[in-house]
Amino acid sequence: MKVAIIGIGWYGFRPSVREASFREMMYEAAVRAYEDAGGINPRTDVDTFISCQEDFWEGISISDEFAPDPIGGAMRPTMTVSGDGLQGVVHGIMHITSGLADVTVVEAHAKPSDILTMDSITEFAYDPIYGRIKAKNPHFLAGLDAVKFMKKYNATREDLARVVVKNKGNGLKNPRASFASKLSISDVLSREYSVYPLSDLDISNYVDGAVVLVLASEDVARKFTDTPVWIEGAYFASDSSMEFSSLGDALYTKIAADSAYKMAKIHSPKNQFDSAFVDDTYSYKELQHVAALGLSEDPVRDLREGVFHIGGKIPVNPLGGHLATGRALEASGLSLVVDAVYFLREGSSKSVVSSWRGVPTFTGGVLVVSR
Amino acid sequence: MKTNLFYRRVAVIGAGLTLFKRRIVETPREMSWVAARKALDEAGLELKDIDCVVIGSAPDAFDGVHMKGEYLAHGSGGVRKMVSRVFVGGATGVMVPISAWYHVASGLCQSVLAVAEEKMSPARPHPQSVFRYIWDPITEKPLNPNLIWIFAMEMHRYMYVNKVKKEDIALVSVKNKRNAINNPYAQAPANITVDDVLKSEVLVWPVNLLDVSPVSDGAAAMVITSEDIARRYTDTPVWIEGVGWTLDNTEWTGRELAYPRYLEHAARMAYKMAGIERPNKELDVIEPYDPFDYKELHHIEGLMVAKRGEAVKMLKEGVFDMDGDIPSSPSGGLLGVGNPIAAAGLMKAISIYWQLKGTAGKMQVKKPVHTGLAQAWGDLMQASTVVVMRN
Repeated sequence: MKVAIIGIGWYGFRPSVREASFREMMYEAAVRAYEDAGGINPRTDVDTFISCQEDFWEGISISDEFAPDPIGGAMRPTMTVSGDGLQGVVHGIMHITSGLADVTVVEAHAKPSDILTMDSITEFAYDPIYGRIKAKNPHFLAGLDAVKFMKKYNATREDLARVVVKNKGNGLKNPRASFASKLSISDVLSREYSVYPLSDLDISNYVDGAVVLVLASEDVARKFTDTPVWIEGAYFASDSSMEFSSLGDALYTKIAADSAYKMAKIHSPKNQFDSAFVDDTYSYKELQHVAALGLSEDPVRDLREGVFHIGGKIPVNPLGGHLATGRALEASGLSLVVDAVYFLREGSSKSVVSSWRGVPTFTGGVLVVSR
Repeated sequence: MKTNLFYRRVAVIGAGLTLFKRRIVETPREMSWVAARKALDEAGLELKDIDCVVIGSAPDAFDGVHMKGEYLAHGSGGVRKMVSRVFVGGATGVMVPISAWYHVASGLCQSVLAVAEEKMSPARPHPQSVFRYIWDPITEKPLNPNLIWIFAMEMHRYMYVNKVKKEDIALVSVKNKRNAINNPYAQAPANITVDDVLKSEVLVWPVNLLDVSPVSDGAAAMVITSEDIARRYTDTPVWIEGVGWTLDNTEWTGRELAYPRYLEHAARMAYKMAGIERPNKELDVIEPYDPFDYKELHHIEGLMVAKRGEAVKMLKEGVFDMDGDIPSSPSGGLLGVGNPIAAAGLMKAISIYWQLKGTAGKMQVKKPVHTGLAQAWGDLMQASTVVVMRN
């Protein structure tokens, strides 16, 4: 399996995009993606369209009604995957490798600034009978997960702060990073807890944004661009729901990575990748995902030794991750893909991208991408 | 679009349904598992043999759950597997087998459990209130339209353009409710007359109560596998040979409502894959989506089984009866079986699968059948999904 990313476009990635509605953001991102793909015409060059969104976040029932027009998908095979953008990418890959399409567009967007009651919306994602525990702090589940992770890997608060400092610092080079800053470990440690062991600096902020990706089959990719980024392996998986999932480890990422690596013939991830773009919605999640991806047996030790810093053996989130760019709901996975594509275009040769859908889900995807 | 010669063969080897009824006691997760278990039993597989799960369910607001795919994953057997939810509004039910098809045809998965679920009855005061939030939030929502209101417009337009009488459309309701008498899963089977339909309560003229499918809860599931696996478990696989789907633009107010052009596109895509050139001659049995009785006729025309405006004539000639040339909705359709939206769409695909397998029991149509089609429809009257199967 080999599918190419031939175009990327994004818009927004600010706490509040006031000048554009979600549809206008989709349009802006799509125009940029089609231009990036060598000026393709979506009405004639694209075979299928995929949009990733969730009703409750849109505030619209059956929100996929609004998917086709802004991305050029009207009167064409357009569909919605209710999931993270990375799941949409895997569906797009299946459209191509099944023979259904030569060129597929994957879109995801987020407008959290329109959501007045984010905490209540999050609560609606728990089982209505025994899952809705009316937690006043939506991050409580991440807190439990973090404590278990820290215990298992002997991580301290300083280690989590190291991730925050690294990522927010890395973000200074990224034009999308609204929350990039130069911090010290003591800056992070001096904050109050939002939920133990996480402070507000350990938790990524929501941003509005849209990302559009153009995928193409191996045969036709060269027709559109000289610099395709290849997807060599892709998979996603769910662990289970809150009541039954294993806390402390990112089992979903491990399952997804095992399959994606098999496709991409990755036997030794820590030696075969030269960069990694992993979900860091919470600071500890980066370390947890790094472990699940097999990039390190002891992520805490490797972090302290600088393995994941720029210049280290495997830079992790060298463009800042979600802690610097913010969390764009369903576009989060694609945001990491955008980082990976830019990094590959600048000289990296093989990267892994790994997403997570955020509290309270246990779903994540893994992509292996190369130049 | 390429021809079907290049596609990997994908088979359906098992299916299961829950009873369709109002106020089912099981939770959405439990209903999903009841249907999934039946499908696995029919296929002779266990959950451990399944590597991917595709879920379909219409608006999240019905179950009152955000990220409904995540919620349903557990009940659909998706634990620690590749599991995702696909969504095209009311057309989701047939998008589920389409998505399962490309999961297998791409080579990424070998055996897929396709599950669709809907629980409409907990919505208070009525599921219609859930549909208050499907409109453009700025230009349409303030008018507080409801679905029956816009479908009445579409029905009226269809009647006006094609010069069709209400009593002729009512024949669809009569036929489907009668067909449903043979269906053990049906919620609203009945022996009614055209007069009963015309005399039932007017909801929004020209839509009467018996022109509409009921509010339902229910779940449906299918096991869809690669050719290798199918051959190992059954001698009578049913092949998915054509899939197609299309979304029209969002602005329903600017569209010609009398004809579903998006369905024509979706059907053409599926026919091309399946190598069908003359749908009215080559299709043996069809399950067009019939949440309203006029919709079945509307869709039969969009599927190009009848010429524009001529579905009614064929209906009156008995072409679509159980013993007709092209039996339509032999399961009883949404009007007879019930309308748990996504589950109803998958039920239509399952009905065709059982017809082609020859295990439809009392629902089995009289003539021998080899090619069948299931279709669903939704969103702001803009989405259609089509699947063509052969035995």
